[in-house]
Amino acid sequence: MQKGKIHSIESFGTVDGPGVRFVVFFQGCPMRCLYCHNPDTWEISHAKYELTADEILERMTRNIPFYKTGGITATGGEPLMQIDFLTELFEKAKRAGIHTCLDTSGITFRFDSDILAKFNTLLSVTDLVMLDIKHMDKEEHKKLCSHANDAPLEFARYLSKLGKPTRIRYVLVPGYTDGEDDLTALGEFIRTLDNIEQVEVLPYHELGKTKYEALRIPYPLEGVRVPSSADIDRAKRLIGINDTN
Amino acid sequence: MREEWTGFKEGRWVHEINVRSFIHKNYTPYYGSEDFLEGPTEDTTELWQKVSELMKEEIAAGGALDMDTKTVSTITSHGAAYINKDKEKIVGLQTDKPLKRALMPAGGIRMAVKACRDHGYEVDPEIVDFFTEHRKTHNAGVFDAYTPEMRKCRTNHIITGLPDAYGRGRIIGDYRRVALYGVDKLIEDKQFQKDTTVSTMSLEVIREREELSEQIRALEMLKKLAEIYGCDISKPATTLREATQALYFAYLAAVKEQNGAAMSLGRTSTFLDIYAERDLKAGVITEKEVQEIIDQFVMKLRMVRFARTPDYDQIFAGDPTWVTESIGGLDTDGKPLVTKMSFRYLNTLNNIGAAPEPNLTVLWSEHLPENFKKFCAKISIEHHAVQYENDDLMRPVHGDDYAIACCVSSMRVGKEMQFFGARANLAKCLLYAINGGVDEISGQQVGPEYRAVTGDYLDYEDVMKKYRDMMRWLARVYVNALNIIHYMHDKYSYERLQMALHDRDVKRWFATGIAGLSVVADSLSAIKYAKVRVIRNENGIASDYVVEGDFPKFGNDDDRVDSIAKEVLHTFISYLRENAAYRNGEITTSILTITSNVTYGKNTGSTPDGRKAGEPFAPGANPMHGRDENGAVASLASVSKLPFTDSQDGISNTFTIVPSALGKTDDERENNLVALLDGYTAKRGFHLNVNVFDKELLLDAQKHPELYPQLTIRVSGYAVNFIKLTKAQQDEVISRTFHSAL
Repeated sequence: MQKGKIHSIESFGTVDGPGVRFVVFFQGCPMRCLYCHNPDTWEISHAKYELTADEILERMTRNIPFYKTGGITATGGEPLMQIDFLTELFEKAKRAGIHTCLDTSGITFRFDSDILAKFNTLLSVTDLVMLDIKHMDKEEHKKLCSHANDAPLEFARYLSKLGKPTRIRYVLVPGYTDGEDDLTALGEFIRTLDNIEQVEVLPYHELGKTKYEALRIPYPLEGVRVPSSADIDRAKRLIGINDTN
Repeated sequence: MREEWTGFKEGRWVHEINVRSFIHKNYTPYYGSEDFLEGPTEDTTELWQKVSELMKEEIAAGGALDMDTKTVSTITSHGAAYINKDKEKIVGLQTDKPLKRALMPAGGIRMAVKACRDHGYEVDPEIVDFFTEHRKTHNAGVFDAYTPEMRKCRTNHIITGLPDAYGRGRIIGDYRRVALYGVDKLIEDKQFQKDTTVSTMSLEVIREREELSEQIRALEMLKKLAEIYGCDISKPATTLREATQALYFAYLAAVKEQNGAAMSLGRTSTFLDIYAERDLKAGVITEKEVQEIIDQFVMKLRMVRFARTPDYDQIFAGDPTWVTESIGGLDTDGKPLVTKMSFRYLNTLNNIGAAPEPNLTVLWSEHLPENFKKFCAKISIEHHAVQYENDDLMRPVHGDDYAIACCVSSMRVGKEMQFFGARANLAKCLLYAINGGVDEISGQQVGPEYRAVTGDYLDYEDVMKKYRDMMRWLARVYVNALNIIHYMHDKYSYERLQMALHDRDVKRWFATGIAGLSVVADSLSAIKYAKVRVIRNENGIASDYVVEGDFPKFGNDDDRVDSIAKEVLHTFISYLRENAAYRNGEITTSILTITSNVTYGKNTGSTPDGRKAGEPFAPGANPMHGRDENGAVASLASVSKLPFTDSQDGISNTFTIVPSALGKTDDERENNLVALLDGYTAKRGFHLNVNVFDKELLLDAQKHPELYPQLTIRVSGYAVNFIKLTKAQQDEVISRTFHSAL
C-alpha cells in the first residue's frame, strides 16, 4: 500500500475550494516561490506524517456530515509530486461519492506520453482544479519561483481542452506580481480558456514569516508591503474580473 | 370556549392547563426569509439609550448602580417604577429604580451583607439582626448540616460553586400559563390540587400541602403586582401586548423573590407568535408594533440584576442572569416550531444591539427551515450572541415543549425542575488519587487516606485504579452535600411563584457537574502513551510533572484519547448514581464550567498533561487551549463523542473563529457556519457557543472597555459583556484556540 507524505490536515477548510472541505496538505514542492507561506512543506523528506489513502479518507468519512456542501482538497506543497498517491486518493474519494478538488501550480505537467497518461487518469477523478498561476512573464516567473512557467500555462491550456472546471488563483505581491502589463497579459490568457469558472486574486500576507524563522531561512520578502484593497481592485480591473464572477 | 380565546383552535388546552397543546394547535410555522422584519421604533431607541446610559453609569459605579438596604424584596414589596412611563409598552421593574439591586436575605444574610458592603452599601442592622436571630436562612441551615469533610472539600476547591450561599435557580416557571389562562384560573387549579391531596398526613403530603398553600399565596401576590402597575392579569390575555405583559409580570415576580444563578425564561417565542398572528390577521397591530413589543420586553429582561458577593463574581463572571430563551426546534411530528417570532427575538440584537441577555438559544436541527438557519448564521457572525443546542438529541428525551435552563440544561417546561449542583473538580480528583487524598496546594488531608502513587513514573493501570477509588469517594461527598443544600433551600427559600407555574407532580433532575474533563483526558493519555515523571515537593507530595514523549490530545478526533474522556465521564456518572438523591431526584451531570474554569485552574496544581499549577482549565467540554491541531471539525468531532445519555444536564462547547476563516464572502460564511452546525448535530454534538470575530477586536476591548459596552462574546455556554470579565478571565478567553486560516 503506497503511503503519502503529508504535512498536515485541516478538517474545516473554508477557503480551499467550494463549501466546507477536508484539506490535505501534501509534503514536497519543487518550486521555491519567494512569497510561499508554507516553507515547511518544501522538503519532501521532512514529512510529519506518512499515511495511506485509506487512512486519510477514513479521517474524513468518519465526519462526513460536515462535508455535505464541500469535499476533499489536495494542496500543499505540490500534490503533483506524488501523483500516483494523489490519484489513488482521489479514485477512492470518487468511489465514496466525494467531490475532489486539486490545488496545484501544474509545474510537473509534460506532454510526454507516460506523464500525460498519469495526468489523464488523475484528471478523470478530479472534479475541480484550482490552478495557481504565479506570473505571466517567463523571466519574472523564474526569479519568483525558480522555475519557468511553461508547464503551468501548458497545463492550463490542456485543462481547457478537456473542459475540466478550473479556478485560477493569482497571488498579488506589490513590486513583484503587480505590473500593469503582466496583469493585463494574465487577463488575456485567461480569456483564451473556455473552462474557467472563477478567478481569484489572493493578497500577499506575512503569516508565514514565523515559519521561516523556525526553519532558519532568511525571509525572502522582508519589507514588502501587504496589498491594500485598492491594489486588489486595480489588479482585478486589469485582469478583467468584475465582481459578479 | 372563553371569549378571550376567540380565534384560537380548540384542543385539550381548553379543558386543562396544557400550554403545549395550545401551541401545537395554533402556531404558524414560518419558512420565509427575514425580509418582513422591522427596525426599532423611536420610543424603543430612546428607551434603550436611557438604559444604556444607566448601564454605563453602573460600570463606572463599580458594578452596582444602586442597592436596596432596607426593603426585603417580595413580589409586592415595591411600588410601580419606570424608565420612562410614557414610552414603555411593557412595564415592570424589580425594585423602585432601574438597575437597582434588590435585597433577598432568605438565601443567606451574610452574603446579602457582603454583597452590599462590597459596593459600599450597608444593610439595615435591624434586617441583619432579624435574619440572623429570628428568621433562619438557607445558608445558615446548610452550614448547620455540612460535615467537616464537606467543608474541607469546599475550601480546597474540589467541589465549588455550590448554591449554598446563593439561590440555586434552574427552575423555569411556565410563565406562559399566566398569559393563556389568567391568574384566577391558575389559583383555582392549585386550590383543586390542594383540596384533593391524600388525606393521610405523611411527610410528603404535609410538605405538598404547605407548598401548594405558598404557591397560591404567590399567585395572589402576582395579581397584586400587576395591579400595582395598573394592569389586570386575572383573566386570559386578549392581545399580544397583554400576553407579553402577563408573561413578563410572571417572570418579574420570580426575580423579585429569588436570586437563583439561572433565572431562565423558557420557550416563549413560538407561544407569543400565536397572539401576534391573531392580532396581525385582525388588523389591530402592525409588524413594526409587534417588533416594538418584543424589543421592549427583551429590554426589560436585560435589566434584571441581583446583588452578588465578590466570590460569586469569581465563579460566574460578568453579572449573568441566564434569562435563557429557547427558540425553534421541531415538534414531535418533525414540523419546525420556527415562527416569525423566532426571527423577531433574534432581530432584537439588530434593534437594540448585542447583549448577553436574554441568553438566546437556538434549538438546532438539520430540518429547520433553510431561511431561518441562514438568518441564525448571519446573526452569529454579526453579533456573536447566540448559542446552539441539538434538538435532535433532546426531543426524544423531553418532547417538543422543553426549554434550556441556564446554559445547556434541558427540561420540560412546567413539568420538571432541576436541583442545581455546580461542579466537581475531576482534575484535582486525579491529583488526589496520585497523592493519597492530600491536597497538592494546601497540603491538607482532604480525601480519604488511600495509598498514594509511589515511584518516579506514573503507571496507567495503577493511576486509573486509584483514580476510580477517589472518584467514588468524591461522588459520594458531592451528592450528599447537594442533598443538604436542596433540603435547606426547600425549607428556607422555597420558590413559590415559580413552582405555582408547574404541574402538581414535578420530575426533579439532580443536576451535578464536572470540571476539567479535557485536562483529565490529556493527563491520562500522557501517562498511557508517553512517560510522565513525578516531581515531589519537600513534603513528598507530587506537585509537578515532566512529560517525556508525545501523546494524543483531546480535540483531534483521536479515539485513543477521546475514549479516555468517555470512560471517565461514564465512570463518574455511574458512581454519582450509586448515591441516593434528595426527593428522588434523577441524577444527571453536565460538562459545563461557565467562567469558573479560570477559578478552578487557579486552585488546582500542575497536572500530568503538562498544564502548570494555576493555569486555567478549558471551559466546559472544550479541548485544552491550543491542543486541537487538526482544525475545527476534528475538535468538534472529539467533543461529539461524549454521549448525551451520560451527561444529560448538558455538554458545553465554545467555538471561536476568525471571520476570514469562515469564508471569503458573507454568503459563503453563512453557508459554512450552517454546514458546520448541521454536521455537528448530525454527529450528535450537543451544544455550540459561537464566537466569530478577530483577536484584534478582543485585544482592543481589553484595552478600551469603554468603547465596547455591548461587545458580547460567548463564554462556555453563556454570552457575557467582555469588559465585565476580570483580566485573568479575559486573558484566558484570548488564549483560547482561534482557528485561523493559514
